Amino acid sequence: MRTLPRRLGVAIIVAAIVAILSVKLNAFRDYQIAEIAVYVTAVAGLTVLTGLSGQISLGNGAFMAIGAYATALLVIHLGWPFYAVLVVSAAIAAVAGAVVGIAAARLRGPYLAGATLLLGVAIPSIAFVYPGTFGADQGLNVVFSAPAFLGVNFPLTRWQAWVSTLVALVVLVLLANLGRSRIGRNWRAVRDNDVAAALDGINVAAARVRAFVVSATSAGVAGALLAIVTGLVAPGAFTITLSIALLTGAVIGGLGSLAGALWGSLVIVLVPTYITDVATSHGLSSSVGSNIPIAAYGVVLILVMLLFPQGIQGGVLRLISAFLGPDQKSRTRRTAPTPHVTPSADQAPASQHEKEGTL
Amino acid sequence: MNRSHRLRWQAAAIMTVAALGVAACSSSSSSSASSSTSSSTALTASAPGITPTTITIGSHQPLTGPAAPGYSEIAPASAAYFAYVNANGGVYGRKIVYKYLDDAYNPTTTASVVRQLVLQDNVYAIFNGLGTPTHLAAVSFLTSQKVPDVFVASGCDCWNAPSTYPETFGWQLDYISEGKILGQYIAQHFKGKKIGYFYQDDEFGMDGVKGLDYEIPSSMVVSRQTYVPTNVNVAPAVAALRASGAQVVVAFSIPAFTALLKLNSLKLGFNPTLVVSDVGSDPITLGGLVTAFAKQAGSTLNGNALINGIITDAYLPALSTSDSWYVLFKKIHDQYDAKEPLDGNFFYGMSVAYTFVQAMLNAGRNPTRADLVSAIEKGLPQGPMVAPFAYSSTNHLGVTGAYIGTIQNGVVVQQGSVLTTDTTATGAITPYTGSEQQAPASGVPSAAS
Repeated sequence: MRTLPRRLGVAIIVAAIVAILSVKLNAFRDYQIAEIAVYVTAVAGLTVLTGLSGQISLGNGAFMAIGAYATALLVIHLGWPFYAVLVVSAAIAAVAGAVVGIAAARLRGPYLAGATLLLGVAIPSIAFVYPGTFGADQGLNVVFSAPAFLGVNFPLTRWQAWVSTLVALVVLVLLANLGRSRIGRNWRAVRDNDVAAALDGINVAAARVRAFVVSATSAGVAGALLAIVTGLVAPGAFTITLSIALLTGAVIGGLGSLAGALWGSLVIVLVPTYITDVATSHGLSSSVGSNIPIAAYGVVLILVMLLFPQGIQGGVLRLISAFLGPDQKSRTRRTAPTPHVTPSADQAPASQHEKEGTL
Repeated sequence: MNRSHRLRWQAAAIMTVAALGVAACSSSSSSSASSSTSSSTALTASAPGITPTTITIGSHQPLTGPAAPGYSEIAPASAAYFAYVNANGGVYGRKIVYKYLDDAYNPTTTASVVRQLVLQDNVYAIFNGLGTPTHLAAVSFLTSQKVPDVFVASGCDCWNAPSTYPETFGWQLDYISEGKILGQYIAQHFKGKKIGYFYQDDEFGMDGVKGLDYEIPSSMVVSRQTYVPTNVNVAPAVAALRASGAQVVVAFSIPAFTALLKLNSLKLGFNPTLVVSDVGSDPITLGGLVTAFAKQAGSTLNGNALINGIITDAYLPALSTSDSWYVLFKKIHDQYDAKEPLDGNFFYGMSVAYTFVQAMLNAGRNPTRADLVSAIEKGLPQGPMVAPFAYSSTNHLGVTGAYIGTIQNGVVVQQGSVLTTDTTATGAITPYTGSEQQAPASGVPSAAS
C-alpha cells in the first residue's frame, strides 16, 4: 500500500491547482470545472467497469438519474445537508447497481449492451409515470447555496467547483485503490478469461456484480453532483445521449485508465463549447453553424481513435515513453503492481501495461 | 549603466506620448459623439452587456436535436429583425448583438449555455429561451443573477411568478388560456358530439387539457389519449380514439405528432373533425410533414389538401398579403433571411423580436437591467399580436387572446372575432373589441412617451 500516500499526494496537488484556477478564472469557467468533475466521476466508474471487469454499460446515465432524483427528493422533502444526501444517493444507486448487476452478470457482449440500453431509456421515463413525485417533464428544482461562513459575496459557481472537484477526487482515489486491490485483480482476471479465473477460485459472478455496483455508485454520486451543479433534475438531462457520452468519454480517454477519465471528460465538456464559439464567431449561417459542433465532435472522436487506439491516456504514455526511452518506460512505477513483476526493458511490459489499464 | 538610464528615459517618453495620443483620440471621439446627439444625454455602458454602441443579448435554442425541425427557424428570424433594426438606426443608436446557442433541447446543456452567456459573454438579458423543461433549468440561475429573462418561448404559465421569478416574462399565449378558447368553441359548435383528446404527456399537453376541461363538459369527452415525443408509434392511441366513437379530436401536439395523428387516422378510415392547438398547426410546417411522412411510408399524398379544414387558433398576424405586418415581415425576410421558409415560425421570431425592441425603447436611453423589467411591467403595446399583452407588476404572462381559424389552402383563415381570457377556471372568455395595430412604416416601433 505504498501507493496510497502517492495517490493522496496527487489528489491534493490537483485539488490545489483547481482551487487556484477557480479563483483566477471567471465564473463560467468555474461552472465548467464543476461540470468536468461531474463527468470525471461518472466516466471513472464506467471506465473501471468496462476497462477492468470487461463489462459494457449503455445505461450509466440511468444510475446518474437515480442519484440525481434521490438527491432532489432528499433535499426537497427532508432538507438534509448536502454531504448526507450525497452518501445516501450513492447508496441508493449502489443498490440499483446491485440489482442490475445480478442480471448483467449473466449477460455478455451485445446482450449486456442491449439490456443496459433498455435501462438507460426506461429509468428516466419513470418520471413521467409519477409526475406528482418526480415532476414529470419539468423536473425538480434543487436549491444549493454556498455556506454562510464564506461570506455572502462568495460566487456559487466557485463553491460548486470546489465541492464537485473534492468529491470527484475522493471517488478517484477510492477507485484507484480498489483497482489495485484483490478486487481489481479479480476483475482483470475475469475480463481476460473468465474460465481461467473461475479455475483460479475467483467467483466470476460476484466479481462482475461488484464491478457493476462500483460503477453505479460512481454514476449515482455524479448524478447527485449534477443535481447541485445545474439546480434542476429533469428527465431531459438523462437521455440515452448522456449514457453514450459517458461511454465516449471512457473510450476516448483510454479504457480502464482513471487519468483517461479526466481526458475524456475534458473532451466531452470543452470541445463542443469551444467549437461552437469558433463557429459562431466566424459568422457562419445558422443551419451550418449549429451543426458544425456535432460534425467536429465526430471528427475529433475519429481522429483520437485513429491516432491513439488506446485512448488519449494511451497516447500520452506512448509519447512520454518515446521521449524518455524504453528504460524509463519500464521504470514507470504506475505500471508495476509489485516490484518483482516489473520486467526488464523490452516490448512486453508496454503491452502488458496497456492491457491492464493504468490506474 | 548610463546606457540603460537613457533607455529608461526613452521608454518613459514614448509611453507618455502614446498615452497622450490615446487620450487625445478618446476625447476627440467622445466630443464628436456628444456633438452629434447634442439634444440628449450621451450613451453610456449603463448595464452589463450594454456599451455606447451595442446591446448584447443571448438565448438558448434547439438548433439541433428532436425539437429543431421548425423551431430552429425562430432565432434566425429574430436575428433578421434585429439586423433590420440595426440597419435602420438601432435602439437609440445602439446595435443589437444577438448570440443564441444550441442546447439541443437538453436541460443540462441549457444550464451550461445560459451560464456561459451570462457569466462569460456578459449578456444584458436572456431573450426568448425556448422550451419549458429547458428554460426551467435556467430560470432560478437567471433570477439569482438578476438578469432580465424576457419573452420565454413556451406557453407554460410557470413564467408568471413575479414574486419568485421577478425578472422572467412569458410572451406567447399560455396553454391554459389557449385550451379555454378552443374548448369554448368546441362546446358551442359541437354540442352533443363525442369529443376525444390527443395530447403530449407533459406540461404542455396537460395545461392545454386543463383549459379544455374548464369549458367542455366532461360528459362529452369520450377518450383521452397521450403520446410521448420520443415514441412515434401513435397507432394505438388513434385506434382507441376511433373505438371510442369520437367525432371531434382535439390535439395539443407538436407538428410532427399532429401529422402522425392525421396519417394514422387516414389509415384506419377514421375521419373526425380535427381541432389542433397553435403550437402544432402551422400549415406550412404541418403540410410539409404530412407529405414527407407519407413519402417515407411509400405513398404519395398531398399534405396541404389533407390538412384542409383543421380548426386551430392563432395569436400572430395572418399570413395574408393584405396584412401590414405580413408586408413588413416579408420585406425583412427577403432581405435578411430568405433561405428560411416564410411560415409561422418565422413570424413568431419576427414578432417576439419586435416586442423586445419595443421594450428596449421603452426602457430608456441608458437602461439598467431593472429598467427593462419595469418598462415591461408598465405594459407594452400589442404590436403585431392580435390581442393585448397582460404585462403588469403582478402579471408576467404575455398575450391574452387568440382567434379561432380554419386551415384553408395552406393558410389559417380567421373565423369570428379575437377572444381574450385568463388562466383561471372562472375567468370569462370575451371578444376583444380593440382594433389591431398596423405595422409602422419604418418597421421599427417607437418608444412610449
